Amino acid sequence: MPDTRTQTPETRSAPAAPDREFTVTERSQGQLVLRRFLQHRAAVVSLCVLVALVLLAYVGGWLWKYDAGQYTPDNSVPPSWDHPFGTDSAGRDQFAQVLRGTRISLQVSVSVAILATLVGTLWGSVAGYFGGKTDTVMMRISDLVLTLPLIAVAAMLSHNFGGSWYLIALVIAGLYWAYVSRVSRGVVLSLREKEFVEAAKALGASDTRIILRHLVPNALGSILVNLTILVALAILLETSLSYLGFGVTPPDTSLGLLVSEAQTALTTRPWLFYFPGLFIIIIALTINFIGDGLRDAFDPQQTKVRQ
Amino acid sequence: MLAFAVRRILYSIPVLIVSSFVIFALGSASADPLAPLREKNPPAPQNVIDAEYVRLHLDQPLLQRYFSWLGGIFTGDFGPSVVSTANIGHDLGDRFLVTIRLIALAMVLALILAVVIGVLTAVKQYSKFDYAATFVGFLFLAMPAFWFAILLKQAGISFNSALGTQAIYTIGQSSVPPPRGAGPYVVDIIGHMILPTISLALISYAAWSRFTRASMLEVMNSDYVRLARAKGLPRRTVMVKHGLRTALIPLTTVTALDIASIIGGAVVTETVFQWKGMGDYLLTSIRTNDVYATASWLLVAATVVIAFNLIADLLYGVLDPRIRYA
Repeated sequence: MPDTRTQTPETRSAPAAPDREFTVTERSQGQLVLRRFLQHRAAVVSLCVLVALVLLAYVGGWLWKYDAGQYTPDNSVPPSWDHPFGTDSAGRDQFAQVLRGTRISLQVSVSVAILATLVGTLWGSVAGYFGGKTDTVMMRISDLVLTLPLIAVAAMLSHNFGGSWYLIALVIAGLYWAYVSRVSRGVVLSLREKEFVEAAKALGASDTRIILRHLVPNALGSILVNLTILVALAILLETSLSYLGFGVTPPDTSLGLLVSEAQTALTTRPWLFYFPGLFIIIIALTINFIGDGLRDAFDPQQTKVRQ
Repeated sequence: MLAFAVRRILYSIPVLIVSSFVIFALGSASADPLAPLREKNPPAPQNVIDAEYVRLHLDQPLLQRYFSWLGGIFTGDFGPSVVSTANIGHDLGDRFLVTIRLIALAMVLALILAVVIGVLTAVKQYSKFDYAATFVGFLFLAMPAFWFAILLKQAGISFNSALGTQAIYTIGQSSVPPPRGAGPYVVDIIGHMILPTISLALISYAAWSRFTRASMLEVMNSDYVRLARAKGLPRRTVMVKHGLRTALIPLTTVTALDIASIIGGAVVTETVFQWKGMGDYLLTSIRTNDVYATASWLLVAATVVIAFNLIADLLYGVLDPRIRYA
């Protein structure tokens, strides 16, 4: 049996072509993906907006003259230079509140996306790779999770366990992994039949090595696209939960909680309602566009229709 | 086809049973129904707590509780509620009828909207209309359901105050007390449904319209559609008879899979419009640690989701004969 260690990454890239009539610049997979992503205008603009927003939430919140929980002498003032998003009836600066809410909501949704992707990808890859009974049992378990309305189960779990942002993230990730597992299983099922997996097997590579070194890296494109979209889904679920009173609870805050607190005073202090909602939309919208751009970049055949 | 149908139906039964156990175990593990009594100020007397302990079957082990709950459901008994006078089965039935009309109408509306917009954007690909509809679709995908519902509700309130009369209902699923007579009663119900239905439909349609567009584009670029055009069939006929009919098949599965998230959307929408529906029942049950009520709610929801998946599978089998033999 040949030694698996001889299979080095160098064998995969083609040898440099000799100069002929045309000089062909060799581009790596990563460069190709980057080029295609940069051609997607909506995605690039979205990425810039999102980065600006994240910087605003983290750096801006730190530099801003008011703290999130700080009571200022100005009660219920509409947006002005001093308070760009106005203040609430207790005099708290809404701009600082929204920035803090954005931080918490982002922390929850990014943690959810990463956690759910890790667990779901591994789960789906193992199920798809081994097939047969393993596949049936593992996928039935994910199906089971998918038969329940997420928001109901999440509300039930977080009512007694939740409150702080990382517990909410844990609860939501504990439900979203099932979606990820379905996606990654589908990808692995098609990759499993490819020649390079057969080759790795023939070389005596172990199952663990094939899954971690061959299947997962090749499925990385789909996984990354899914991860992006998961961030958008998670932020919508987290804000809905917080709105219903089962998510992040005071003294912590989230964008959903801010909307919920503002809804009773919609006619008298509309600014309290509009800004947090707008931030949720901007985050989810830009993330969806970035996900769209990534999908085009990783898998151009999937979206471009032959003319 | 019959064998396929029977196989699929038999397959959903164990799924439902396992699902019911998971629901019950999760509900029982995550909440203590006696906690509100214990935390009451002044504290409830010990003999009351002990009596509740027995009435809620907490003296029995989990498995025994589960089986008596499951067995009771077949006779219409959904277990004891923390409110000793409440009948969970009866209440859930009432609430279900309220919520189902919101969900059904919103789904129909969303499907019509999705198909119309999806087909139009596919036919006029890369046109101004396509870009505008795509942007609006993305906007609704990114819109939190509660925020949009509150916005619509506020628009309704402003509209009413501008007119000086109650032209659009913004609160509740029917007037209290409901108007007498069948005609006015139905009008009243429909009047209350307008805003919540629009809200839920708009939040739900976007993903489906994107899907219809992609599916339609794929079909319209396939060889048999090109052949139909080459034969000289009118563009309209090809689009509807060859294109749309095929393009809509995968939409049945997508719609069915989304039913769980629509139920979730309905919970939020009902909360905003203060309906006494399934949503309110669930949230109240969770808040009061009413474990049997919560588990029963989840079981009803899971049954609906599994039934929808079953219907979609069967429908897919009817629409696409290849599935039956796969």
